[in-house]
Amino acid sequence: MKAIYHFGRYLLLIRSFFRSPEKLKVYWEQFLVESMDIGVGSLTIVVLISTFLGAVTTIQTSYQLTSGLIPKSVIGAIVANTSLLELAPTITSLVLAGKVGSSIASHLGTMRVTEQIDALEVMGINSSAFLIMPKIMASLVTFPLLVIMAAFLQIGGGLTAGHLTGQVNATDFIQGAREYFDPFQVTFMLIKAVTFGFIISSISSYQGFYTAGGALEVGQSSTRSVVYSCIILLLSDYILAQVLL
Amino acid sequence: MSIEVRNIRKSFGSKDVLKGIDFTFERGKVNMIIGASGSGKSVMLKCIVGLMKPDEGEILYEGKDFVGSPITEIRQIRREVGMLFQYSALWDSLTVEENVAFPLRMFTDWNKHQIRDRVNWCLDRVNLKDANAAFPAEISGGMKKRVGLARAIALNPKYLFVDEPNSGLDPLTASVIDQLIQELTTEFQTTTVVVSHDMNSVVNISDKIMFVFNGEKAWEGDKRQILRSGNPDLDKFVFVSDLIRRDIYDEKDTKNR
Repeated sequence: MKAIYHFGRYLLLIRSFFRSPEKLKVYWEQFLVESMDIGVGSLTIVVLISTFLGAVTTIQTSYQLTSGLIPKSVIGAIVANTSLLELAPTITSLVLAGKVGSSIASHLGTMRVTEQIDALEVMGINSSAFLIMPKIMASLVTFPLLVIMAAFLQIGGGLTAGHLTGQVNATDFIQGAREYFDPFQVTFMLIKAVTFGFIISSISSYQGFYTAGGALEVGQSSTRSVVYSCIILLLSDYILAQVLL
Repeated sequence: MSIEVRNIRKSFGSKDVLKGIDFTFERGKVNMIIGASGSGKSVMLKCIVGLMKPDEGEILYEGKDFVGSPITEIRQIRREVGMLFQYSALWDSLTVEENVAFPLRMFTDWNKHQIRDRVNWCLDRVNLKDANAAFPAEISGGMKKRVGLARAIALNPKYLFVDEPNSGLDPLTASVIDQLIQELTTEFQTTTVVVSHDMNSVVNISDKIMFVFNGEKAWEGDKRQILRSGNPDLDKFVFVSDLIRRDIYDEKDTKNR
């Protein structure tokens, strides 16, 4: 019953974005600020995680391929495909759920409990549209860019690790990656990135926007935003794989 | 430019917080809602500005229904509203200047120079100088209240709402803020509604007072009548401080001489 209540309120919140929005110029400025926060602000963690994830995937795949009958190029194929299909969009998004999601929820939650959102409302500003829509739009734009970068870094990290450890040389790795490459995998990756971007930003915004209480509740909203975002993200990951592949 | 509330009721679960209050807030006057903590005065203020919806009753801005209107009309009325919140509610990611400029950027087509001139005028009006570039976290409580007031008057509001203007302030700063509220009310002829439990404010600036007790309007009048209200709950509230009694008697004595 509670889940239905929250889902209904979540839908109403999304609908409220389109009711009497104010000056587009101000929204555009907010969009740019949020894009910097979400996109540029997440670069370091995405670079670090993606590079090591690719390297570890290469080493572990190589460790499992003990048969001499399987060509080494298969390692490149597995790392590239796994990166495009799952690691880049899903793992990157799970990490961003922690970083971006908690940041959005705590920011909005703090604004709520310190009456900053009330101050916008009293002024006649559509506070949900002004505060949340730019965050969602920025996520829809920056998540795919971060995921594309993550995919390149994972494949690059895998190639480097394979080369440095002598598990697979660069030529074999690239040959395998190219041989089994299907352009739809990129489309699938981008669909996932956009979906996950929306899920994380909207759920976190919902949790933050409806925070009631004080500092303790802001922390709880932040935690809930990460937990719910991850659950819904993994559920939608399964549904997308089932439907599109 | 008055605000009228008629039979306003609000409950939270089984607890009735407002039990049918009627009152008219008059233009060009500082209308005060006083009462003890938990009496329902802040809920009433939130209902009047539309942050809460009353369960029953009407709120009329110049005769125009506020509660039943569609959200677009409510937002239109709100653009004529300025509000100073209890803890100022300044946007902490914006500087003082940006806070005051924000409503101007949202609702006017002014260029940067016009906006800056207006911001400086507003900050000057609340006696705040050289703080344009500071962030809210870098200024004192009294300065925050002034910035909040400057932001509230930026768009020349018809209605000014003030929630607990003196909470957390020393007596001297509190009196300066009170003075500003009174001056702005007279200067802009706003319908000013102040929620407070500070009797110093009542004595200093109120023109019309409503005493809320247990969610009901227990008394209304002006500061001279407050001593002879005959309401035991109000007497208990007012005469906690001997200073207030002396202040009002002194004022009466001076007039009688």
